Amino acid sequence: METKKTILDISDLSISFVQYDRGLQQIDLPVITNLNVKVGEGEIVAVVGSSGSGKSLLAHAILGLLPENANVVGRMEFAGELLTPARILQVRGKEIALVPQSVNYLDPLMKVGPQVRNGSKKPEKIRRQKSLFQKYDLSRETEELFPFELSGGMARRVLLSAAQMHKSRLLIADEPTPGLHLAMAKRAMRDFRAFADEGNGVLLITHDIELALEVADRITVFYAGTTVEEALVTDFSSEKLLRHPYTKALWNALPQNGFRGIEGLQPYVKDMPKGCPFGPRCSNRTDACEGEIPLRQVRGGAVRCILTEEKKEA
Amino acid sequence: MNRTVVFILKSIAKAVSLMIGVSILAFTLVTVSPLDPVRMNVGNTAYNSMSPEKKAELASYWGVDTPPVERYLHWAKEFLHGNMGISLKYNRAVSEIIRQKFLNSMVLMLLAWLLSGVLGFCMGVLAGARRGGLIDKLVQGYSIVLASMPTFWIALVFLMLFAVKLQWFPFGMSVPIGMDPADVTIFDSLRHLILPTITLSVVGVANIALHTREKMIDIMESDYVLYARARGDSEWEIIRRHALRNILIPAITLQFASISEIFGGSVLVEQVFSYPGLGQAAVTAGLGGDVALLLGISVITAVFVFGGNLIANILYGVIDPRIRRGQNGGK
Ligand SMILES: Nc1ncnc2c1ncn2[C@@H]1O[C@H](COP(=O)(O)OP(=O)(O)OP(=O)(O)O)[C@@H](O)[C@H]1O
Ligand SMILES: [Mg+2]
Repeated sequence: METKKTILDISDLSISFVQYDRGLQQIDLPVITNLNVKVGEGEIVAVVGSSGSGKSLLAHAILGLLPENANVVGRMEFAGELLTPARILQVRGKEIALVPQSVNYLDPLMKVGPQVRNGSKKPEKIRRQKSLFQKYDLSRETEELFPFELSGGMARRVLLSAAQMHKSRLLIADEPTPGLHLAMAKRAMRDFRAFADEGNGVLLITHDIELALEVADRITVFYAGTTVEEALVTDFSSEKLLRHPYTKALWNALPQNGFRGIEGLQPYVKDMPKGCPFGPRCSNRTDACEGEIPLRQVRGGAVRCILTEEKKEA
Repeated sequence: MNRTVVFILKSIAKAVSLMIGVSILAFTLVTVSPLDPVRMNVGNTAYNSMSPEKKAELASYWGVDTPPVERYLHWAKEFLHGNMGISLKYNRAVSEIIRQKFLNSMVLMLLAWLLSGVLGFCMGVLAGARRGGLIDKLVQGYSIVLASMPTFWIALVFLMLFAVKLQWFPFGMSVPIGMDPADVTIFDSLRHLILPTITLSVVGVANIALHTREKMIDIMESDYVLYARARGDSEWEIIRRHALRNILIPAITLQFASISEIFGGSVLVEQVFSYPGLGQAAVTAGLGGDVALLLGISVITAVFVFGGNLIANILYGVIDPRIRRGQNGGK
């Protein structure tokens, strides 16, 4: 099934922030380490992970939006080409579209119609914007409103419209559904599906696993700034098909599987444990877990755990 | 529309009540000061040789025997009718002196205000748009050096350098010394105006540039600029479409708030350049214990400062959609 071309290929991405600790001590705060994500043509890949696991940073890194004190290492490829800073400037807003995480990303002093059109007054842009607004049940008057005059759901739909103004190849949607009614969220997901089916890719960032399971083809699980598992959606039909103990914990926490949560919290970047970041919360932990943990290809997916067995678990 | 009207009326009411407060404060400060307004107004020698009727008349103008509240009301009423008393130092009606000095100062202050506002705004925007760039370093260096130098000192240096040493400009006064007022041309007046104006602006620019730069940096780091970048806008498009729009409101506040600084600066600059304006008159009045003139100048200055804030507020109501259309209207 991996014969399709890859649109986005992120490998071993690490991001750290240069910060001044107490006094003039300069420290390098690693927030993302060895992150891997891949999106193929026609695919919706969901990135799930709890708050602070580095999902938005990934999106910002792809689009070159990180602040100046960020250090980025690793390899990012888009449509077979290396995503260099110069290349990013060419593709962002054109071949790569973003639905930002918060409705505060709208300029508070610009009416939303012109804002969605990037200030353009070209008839074809106006037509496109109007038809998108209509599709998302935004009334005609909406384009004359300022962001503060919109409800959360309306602003969300404005952001969804803005991401579809161009013909792009990759859509990065960072939590696109909060505040939307179920019907509207479903419509957005259908639109993502249709967009992917045209041979494009969608990177759907969310911490709503149920939503991810409904629309995505593959799921990438982040934990404390790294990829712990890449799984097919179908792997989530049974706990046994999953590869990483954290993914299994997520699975167990789903309502249909008994809502069973696990103890503990995701570690904060400043006191990361040695070796596996999930170690302190893992019931199968061994001494070897404190060593280097590579990302391994296992059963058609990938896992960053030394204990996962190659064969189907008993 | 209604919203704007209500907002403007509220702003006016606020400005008027502030004005009343300031006039009470100024009046109280002047009357509780150890200066006897009657004596100060006519001078000790004159007072001692004055007829009792004249003394009584003056005492009643200054209301020496009436309770403070009544005295204030009396004074305020007279003031509003244009009777601000007689200046001790100039021996003329205070209103007349203020009018004359004010005209001189007005040109100086208005020019300096516009010059420093426009230049400071442009410098701040350019510096903040590219934080850490060459322009930013130059603007920051200039502003920090100038903001840390006392105004009167800069005025002295300019006077010595450009007027005394290089002799590009006359050194002080508003007209050539000893010239018949009838012969003074507009060019003479302008020549005398240039150096004080530049001095006043050079200082004002620093402050406005630094504040504008701060705002600009905040804007360039804001989420909406980040989103605009994500959507492929170039830096220039971002400045034009988002930054200028958002910096306009703080810039207007800053510009109108700087009126008080221009007034303050003009006191020092006029003193150094012997420029016969309101600032100089204020110094003369203060040092000479000219109560009537001092009070008059304080109140008129306050009118301008509050007037400036009022205009800024009203402009907000017109420009900022969050005020114009209400924070939770629409939908
Ligand atoms: N500019 C920065 N400087 C230092 N640390 C940062 C910076 N930006 C983000 N971080 C840290 O990086 C980590 C990942 O942040 P990120 O915003 O990517 O999380 P997220 O997975 O999107 O979370 P959420 O679900 O809440 O949106 C967090 O711990 C955050 O504190
Ligand atoms: Mg996020």
